Amino acid sequence: MSGAPHEDIDAHTGTATTGHEWDGIRELNTPLPKWWLYILYATTVWAIGYIIVYPAIPLISGHTPGIAGWTSRGAVTQELAQLTQQRAPMTSALEKASFSEITKDERMRTFALAQGRAAFGDNCAPCHGAGGGGAFSFPNLNDDDWIWGGSLEAIQQTIQYGIRSTHPDTRVGIMPAFAQILNTKEIDQLANHVRALGGLTTEKTYEKALGSRLFGEQCAACHSDGGKGNIELGAPNLADSIWLFGSDKASILQTLARGRASMMPAWNGRLDDTTIKALSVYVQSLGGVKTAP
Amino acid sequence: MSLWHKHQIFEKNSIFMLIGVLVVISIGGLVEVLPLFYLKSTIEKVEGMRPYTPLELAGRNIYVREGCYNCHSQMIRSLRDEVERYGHYSLAAESMYDKPFQWGSKRNGPDLARVGAKYSDEWHKQHLDNPRSMVPGSIMPANPWLGKTEVAVNEIQMDMKVLAFQGQPYSPQMIENAAKDMVTQATNDATDADGLAQRYPKAQSRKFSGLDGPVNEADALIAYLQMLGTLVDFKIYDGKANLR
Repeated sequence: MSGAPHEDIDAHTGTATTGHEWDGIRELNTPLPKWWLYILYATTVWAIGYIIVYPAIPLISGHTPGIAGWTSRGAVTQELAQLTQQRAPMTSALEKASFSEITKDERMRTFALAQGRAAFGDNCAPCHGAGGGGAFSFPNLNDDDWIWGGSLEAIQQTIQYGIRSTHPDTRVGIMPAFAQILNTKEIDQLANHVRALGGLTTEKTYEKALGSRLFGEQCAACHSDGGKGNIELGAPNLADSIWLFGSDKASILQTLARGRASMMPAWNGRLDDTTIKALSVYVQSLGGVKTAP
Repeated sequence: MSLWHKHQIFEKNSIFMLIGVLVVISIGGLVEVLPLFYLKSTIEKVEGMRPYTPLELAGRNIYVREGCYNCHSQMIRSLRDEVERYGHYSLAAESMYDKPFQWGSKRNGPDLARVGAKYSDEWHKQHLDNPRSMVPGSIMPANPWLGKTEVAVNEIQMDMKVLAFQGQPYSPQMIENAAKDMVTQATNDATDADGLAQRYPKAQSRKFSGLDGPVNEADALIAYLQMLGTLVDFKIYDGKANLR
């Protein structure tokens, strides 16, 4: 540690040394670049300012709140309030309007469709498909075959309270397990009869008279004569070519023997009333209401 | 030799250097971590949180075992778009019985903090068996063995004892009834469903997988997924008292 650094210049590089020497090896003095140092100083000053303005240092029973009074939860609450306010003119109109008013007012309908589409993608698409195409046991919404009714009010009620959901006001329809009520032969006949109703091929063993009698006794109470279905009970129309649980005989046998009870959650509470209203408009637009009662 | 030159003690003795480094790093660590243990404001006071039922706990174990947390977070951040999509931002209190927590750090799949009651059991079953059957573009691996694998009903009691030892409020009665409660919760119209709901408020009982037979892993995992984020009633939660 002897001698000032500037006195000792390294012959090979022309750079000053620090004066440190270990066994004849001397250390070159290459200071940090100025730009680097200034950035360090600037960020240090910034950090001090940050500590003063924002919540920073933990104390005994809390933390320094910062003079700006900022909190992440407060910030998101504020942002959400802004969003609500931004949408307010349209959402409050939608909230107050009846379905017939929404349908008539092109501007309101367009807004409902847009909001409905966004909510559908987030909440409904996992089960009913991105385009509402449905899947096995999850109804296709692109047709106008509405199990629980296709009016806007009916769709709204379905979305609000669900089907066989945990909500007390849920829609409930029961397709019983006929394995305990009918014997194998009778179930086989019914399966054929149901296929016949839907315009599908039947087996040679099918006896039309027996099938009709059994259908009249066991099924017509819910599915109506001729299998046209009943939206009051959520009993699907069997006389069309739309099959929720499969149209092959094995699937129908399974449906008859064990019953079916697919479930749709209640969205009341999870989604606000306006969103559910918008969703109803959107969902109805998917399938149309040509034959919807 | 001035005080300034005393740093040579550290530079010339590796053991002092080592101790010095440990002390400095510990200070940083302690200042960051310790306050979270003693500050009361870390965990909000909320109504409704309870420890997991035996079946949900078994489901959680499967969730951890299958590494679900590698692609799914359980943490709705306090950002506008997240609240818009997933619901109320997650509270610290909502993971108070999670050891280890399942916040995750990656979202190849969606956040699951509030997935409970969002889809049907049937959807979960089909989706676990073959995700593509429900979501065509999904890259989630299929888990078809869950419904075929029985859950060791009697082993959950030990898990609960360990958690109770760590301070989770499992009562002796809960631990005693562990196996029975698990079977009850995985049964349709179970006779002791009321007893279960008394010990574990909001616990729902049904055969979650829809499959006959003893309790299987799909029952447990779906029971767990169906309760995620459903315990706290946000209608009565005071958000203004917990701004931070």
